[in-house]
Amino acid sequence: MLAVSAPSPVELDEPQIDEQSDELTAFNTPWVTIVWNDPVNLMSYVTFVFQNYFGYAKKKAEKLMLEVHNDGKSVVASGSREEMERDVQAMHDYGLWATMEKQD
Amino acid sequence: MTEGFQRRRKGGVVATFTGFEADLLRSLASQLVELLRNETAAPREGDDPLEQLLDFSGPTTAPEDPVLARLFPTAYPHDEEAAGEFRRFTEGGLRDGKARSAVAIIETLEGAGLPAELGEEPITVDIELTPGEAVGWMKSFTDIRLALATRLGIEDGDDEEWLAVPDEDPRAHVYDIYQWLGYLQETLVEAVSR
Repeated sequence: MLAVSAPSPVELDEPQIDEQSDELTAFNTPWVTIVWNDPVNLMSYVTFVFQNYFGYAKKKAEKLMLEVHNDGKSVVASGSREEMERDVQAMHDYGLWATMEKQD
Repeated sequence: MTEGFQRRRKGGVVATFTGFEADLLRSLASQLVELLRNETAAPREGDDPLEQLLDFSGPTTAPEDPVLARLFPTAYPHDEEAAGEFRRFTEGGLRDGKARSAVAIIETLEGAGLPAELGEEPITVDIELTPGEAVGWMKSFTDIRLALATRLGIEDGDDEEWLAVPDEDPRAHVYDIYQWLGYLQETLVEAVSR
């Protein structure tokens, strides 16, 4: 990814509801969407996509973006196979590189 | 030279482009539409090498064309059958969506006064986008940058090598365009995000 601008300072008072619902969905459904790093996409754009499409709070979107940037990939969503196919298609529509697989 | 996108107080974004910049954006968006709609044949030979590099319309049999392979990557890297099914159901829609976003760029620029051909007089083109339209432009900028990067063979961490390419090399000019689009997209993301 391109680091053209630095992410904004972390906001401390974001609600933590996404963590809880992540645990529940992980228990119920076996598929995940993975976004992979690429040399073209801007860090700011990737963060924006995670907020705009998944509705993630900025703090979570930045965390996932940094995982993609630093680790080469990140699991950005989990759910049913149909849900993940929809998410992968959306990621491709945004120009991100995404794949899906069964959760370990 | 454009300063990129700025947020309007009542929402949406604005930008001012020189005629040259607007014409370039239109040309890049048109190239992308042609590629997505399979309308052109293989790249012409004997043309200006810069034109050849900007003509990323190439062959369009889905994953074999490296630009299309990047725009429509496989969803199931370890399951060829599932990947084929996914592609069969989604690629058409994705292709149409990307073409629509690129056409919207052309229509907005021409609607804002970009003439069919630039004349002698320097002009400016002022555009205004709703938040929804702005996201469409963002996606299209990404598609165009992916196409240019694929043509140039850009890889992670190769910035130093690109800075060393001499100015006479047409690839340097295309790389400048690629960087300029990245700058534009950065200002657009920031304008929409605030």
